[in-house]
Amino acid sequence: MAELLEVRDLKIGATAYPPGEPPQDITIVHGVSFTLQKGKVLGLIGESGAGKSTIGLAALAYGRGGVRITGGEVLLDGEDILALGGSGIRDIRGRRVCYVAQSAAAAFNPAHRLGDQVVEAAVRHGVMSRSEAWERAKYLFGVLGLPDPDSFGRRYPHQVSGGQLQRAMTAMALCPGPELIVFDEPTTALDVTTQIDVLAAIKRAIEETHTAALYITHDLAVVAQISDDIMVLRHGNMVEYGSVQQIIEEPKEDYTRDLVSVTQTLKDEAPDQSDSLLRIDSVDAAYSGDFKVLHDVSVHLPRGQTLAVVGESGSGKSTLARVITGLLPPSRGEVIFKGAALPPEFANRNKEQLRQVQMLYQMADTAMNPRQTVRDIVGRPLTFYFGLRGAEKTRRVAELLEQIEMGKGFIDRYPAELSGGQKQRVCIARALAAEPEVILCDEPTSALDPLVAKGILKLLLRLQAETQLSYLFITHDIATVRAIADSIAVMYQGRVVRFGPKSKVLSPPFDDYTDLLLKSVPEMRLGWLEEVLTTRRMGSAGH
Amino acid sequence: MVQESGPAGTGRAPQGSLAAGLSGPSPANDSGAPSGRGGGLAALRRRMPLATLLAQRLGLSLLLLWAVSVVVFLGIEALPGDFAQTYLGQSATPQAVANIRAELGLDQPALSRYLEWLGGVAQGDFGKSWASGNSVTEQIGLRLGNTLFLAFWAALVSVPLAVGLGMLAVHFRDRWPDRLINVVSLGAISLPEFFVGYILILFVAVQGGWVTFPSTVYAGMSFGQRLEAIILPCATLVLVVLAHMMRMTRAAIISVMSSPYIETAELKGLDTLRIIARHAAPNAVAPIITVVALNLAYLVVGVVVVEVVFVYPGMGQYMVDAVTVRDMPVVQACGLIFASVYILLNMTADILGILTNPRLRHPR
Amino acid sequence: MKWRAIPLSAWIGIVGLAIAIFCAVFAPLIAPYGEREVVGDIWLPMGGDFVLGTDNLGRDLLSRLIYGAQTTIFVALAATVLSFSLGVMLSFTAAVVGGWTDQGLSRINDLMMSIPTLIFALIVLAVLPQELWILILVMAVLDSTRVFRLGRAVAVDVTVMEFVEAARLRGEGRMWIIFREILPNTLSPLLAEFGLRFAFAVLFLSTLSFLGLGIQPPEADWGGIVKDNKDGIIFGIPAALIPGAAIAGLAICVNLVVDWLLKRTSSLKGGRGDG
Repeated sequence: MAELLEVRDLKIGATAYPPGEPPQDITIVHGVSFTLQKGKVLGLIGESGAGKSTIGLAALAYGRGGVRITGGEVLLDGEDILALGGSGIRDIRGRRVCYVAQSAAAAFNPAHRLGDQVVEAAVRHGVMSRSEAWERAKYLFGVLGLPDPDSFGRRYPHQVSGGQLQRAMTAMALCPGPELIVFDEPTTALDVTTQIDVLAAIKRAIEETHTAALYITHDLAVVAQISDDIMVLRHGNMVEYGSVQQIIEEPKEDYTRDLVSVTQTLKDEAPDQSDSLLRIDSVDAAYSGDFKVLHDVSVHLPRGQTLAVVGESGSGKSTLARVITGLLPPSRGEVIFKGAALPPEFANRNKEQLRQVQMLYQMADTAMNPRQTVRDIVGRPLTFYFGLRGAEKTRRVAELLEQIEMGKGFIDRYPAELSGGQKQRVCIARALAAEPEVILCDEPTSALDPLVAKGILKLLLRLQAETQLSYLFITHDIATVRAIADSIAVMYQGRVVRFGPKSKVLSPPFDDYTDLLLKSVPEMRLGWLEEVLTTRRMGSAGH
Repeated sequence: MVQESGPAGTGRAPQGSLAAGLSGPSPANDSGAPSGRGGGLAALRRRMPLATLLAQRLGLSLLLLWAVSVVVFLGIEALPGDFAQTYLGQSATPQAVANIRAELGLDQPALSRYLEWLGGVAQGDFGKSWASGNSVTEQIGLRLGNTLFLAFWAALVSVPLAVGLGMLAVHFRDRWPDRLINVVSLGAISLPEFFVGYILILFVAVQGGWVTFPSTVYAGMSFGQRLEAIILPCATLVLVVLAHMMRMTRAAIISVMSSPYIETAELKGLDTLRIIARHAAPNAVAPIITVVALNLAYLVVGVVVVEVVFVYPGMGQYMVDAVTVRDMPVVQACGLIFASVYILLNMTADILGILTNPRLRHPR
Repeated sequence: MKWRAIPLSAWIGIVGLAIAIFCAVFAPLIAPYGEREVVGDIWLPMGGDFVLGTDNLGRDLLSRLIYGAQTTIFVALAATVLSFSLGVMLSFTAAVVGGWTDQGLSRINDLMMSIPTLIFALIVLAVLPQELWILILVMAVLDSTRVFRLGRAVAVDVTVMEFVEAARLRGEGRMWIIFREILPNTLSPLLAEFGLRFAFAVLFLSTLSFLGLGIQPPEADWGGIVKDNKDGIIFGIPAALIPGAAIAGLAICVNLVVDWLLKRTSSLKGGRGDG
């Protein structure tokens, strides 16, 4: 088989600007090699900072921002494209190698119609005439399952949905009939039920057009569905490189093994869920005016247990947290805590009521004041609620830092000096400092890399076992729910469509939405996507 | 934005309203966030976002104009101090003050005088000057043309020059032409108008003898003579607005050039010319128009000082003279006219921004 | 923070500012002649006893310039400090309290900003008596509209951050939220803005004095000295240009320092995204 792409000892550097110091040259990819054959798909996987996007763009001889390719070769059909000049590179980009960005919404020019942008590269490179390109675009829109393929190209980017834009971007990459497409996290920004459609569309389209692809993602389960080979990257180095089957079923490296096993269950559900520490009772809520976001929501959370609220963007799950905290008073219904109704607005709650319900945010970055040290951040609730000061306060802060497995060495650090996982841990310490009964967790792990997230989940469960804490855990990720929940509430368009103990919610018979949601979550095994698509097709044929 | 146009903001031009102008017309249906207010207005906005926004912007300008008239007339009344007393000076006898109050109609209640004044203004009558007794409208009629003539030519020279230099700076971004333009414009922003004006007078008019000073224009001058007379004031105005307009243009283009869709175009293998013409230009037009309109608004105000420096018979000179002798009808009339032009140009900037926004031109 | 890390342009600005402030503070000590002292013929050329020559009344121009630095810088500084206190206080209140307070303050601010500053100042100064404190107050109030706009934008940006929400939910009072959570995070843009507002105040005061509406003679300020000596220009006497250059120089120095401050803070925020 002919090698379409061969990357040899690729080294990539960038310029870093550490505050208060002169700029420094750093290396972000340390000599990576791989090959890709015609019509095959190679998955590049790794956490943030692994250098996967940078390697992907190197296949187009492109460095984003201040990124430079400092060594190695990128051979396309035996020709080193890094040695080509400007016009030689331009001749390859958009004709032989195309790119699909993570955020299609930003990558499309808002001033032009989608169709014009889709055909542009093919027409400008003289691959085909304008009318031929439009015909091909319509064909591709059809293959990619876009609505009304004949007129879709006449729309503007802001007139279609995110999932449709991502498919249109794939059509744009496929239109000139390239030999290679670089997909850079094309489904990461999408909801899980949308992701599966886009994933299936991409897979079908590259199969039908026999195009080779580099598929970049942080989600091993996704890449397992679409690739032939997988390369695992970490900190700009190759960790493991092999066939999909080998990586998923017999990983050799510890790091890969951790990635594969990241979605195991961490906790079995509690047998008795009759208690209700926190009860949400037929709550309706609306933002300014009559735009209703919650409809008749009723759930309850037993002491020492975890209630997972799961749903996609716009399902109202975060709004539910705002209602409980009192940031958004409900238009109907009550929040009952320890048998008594909480005042709807947080301004009317007393210190004791505020103390007992604490909050964890998705973005630990913005949840901490960047001008305060860990001592101030964790110490403030101690002073505010319990009047601790001086040495007593320092001692207690150090204790809390031990509890979150960080140690008191971090006490005088600023948030900017902590890693993502450490930031979230400090936020947990701040919540613990108030000695709460309930912690509302609003997607606290979804901005983190999988292994770091797993560490946070384990910590939360340990704290729960030790101190009988209760969590209301909001997430869009079914794997997280499986891992930690006692009970689950599935939300869809502002309603709770399913609520009960984990085992019941996750077993049939399902309602339509929960069924769709569960089947959309990529599973870490080969052939999962085909299975789902087949059952779906049978399902729709049955109707 | 802060970084790019930062030090440019010596406060010369209304840098704040640029941001408002750019972010103002964000479509209500854009975010899908809890903005749905229901009801008729929201429905109308969804169906015809463009017309609704334009109508809103026009309405806002009219409201502002009216509010400005209130400030210029009634707000001034509310300030401590008696017009008649300040007009005559501290040494005036109470009798003289009472006489002049009656003569100027100041003994009437403020509200009825305001309504009378507003009624007059609506018909183009700004009343009579206290100092000369002449019709203010007549005087303004003579001078407004001169001011607009000067501002027009200054705009005609500075706008293409500023946009061109801004593009040049972007083209040579972070290389020496860009740095040079940056340093020179940073200096130019800090120069007071009168300083630039007197340097030009000293070296071009007095020592060089190439043009005449002062820049008087009068009835009966030919077009060519008028043009020659305004060379120096025009050059001063150009120098003063150029730096600012150029820096803002540069920032606007750079912000467009760093968008992801430009990267997309690059990764399509398009050549630089096509990227700029097809992908950058349509999106850069709106912010550049805003920059230009806002600087023109400043130009109309900057003209005040320049007219005084060059003894040019325009509105600015007229207003400053009136302020010195506390001739309130003239001050109020000039103030209202300057503010109206300013509001008008700001509105134009916003409206052009709305019209060039594809999201609003092609609603869902 | 290393001295070497400060670029040349910023050094020029810092040195220039230091000289100006030194002149302003020690004016009576370093000025060779008195502020109003007539020492020779009118418009004597530079050199000799009078380094910068004499002015339209035969006073020493260098001494006038040094005293002028005192007036110009102190009046501009007073106006800026006042405008800043007013603008920051009102804008933070608007951002934190929100609702009708915010609406009311913001609309009044929009209205005041819809009249160009110079025109507004001319209208108001036509009515008010010519006194120094009134001049400072007028400059401050008009300028505070710009501070308000920036302050509100910055504060709103910070207010929507989750750590402020966390503080609210903890039950913290309004003062704690403004002074401990928001203010420390807005200091660098506000500091830069302070510099810009000061440079603008110098230019604005000079313009008013030049038009005869600012500092009243015989007190010296830079704009006023330009006005005094402008008639000399026709005879080729550059006396009016010297104070003009001083104004420009001061404004340039402030801009250079602010430019550097802004670059420094923006590079602190800069970081590399996902690799």
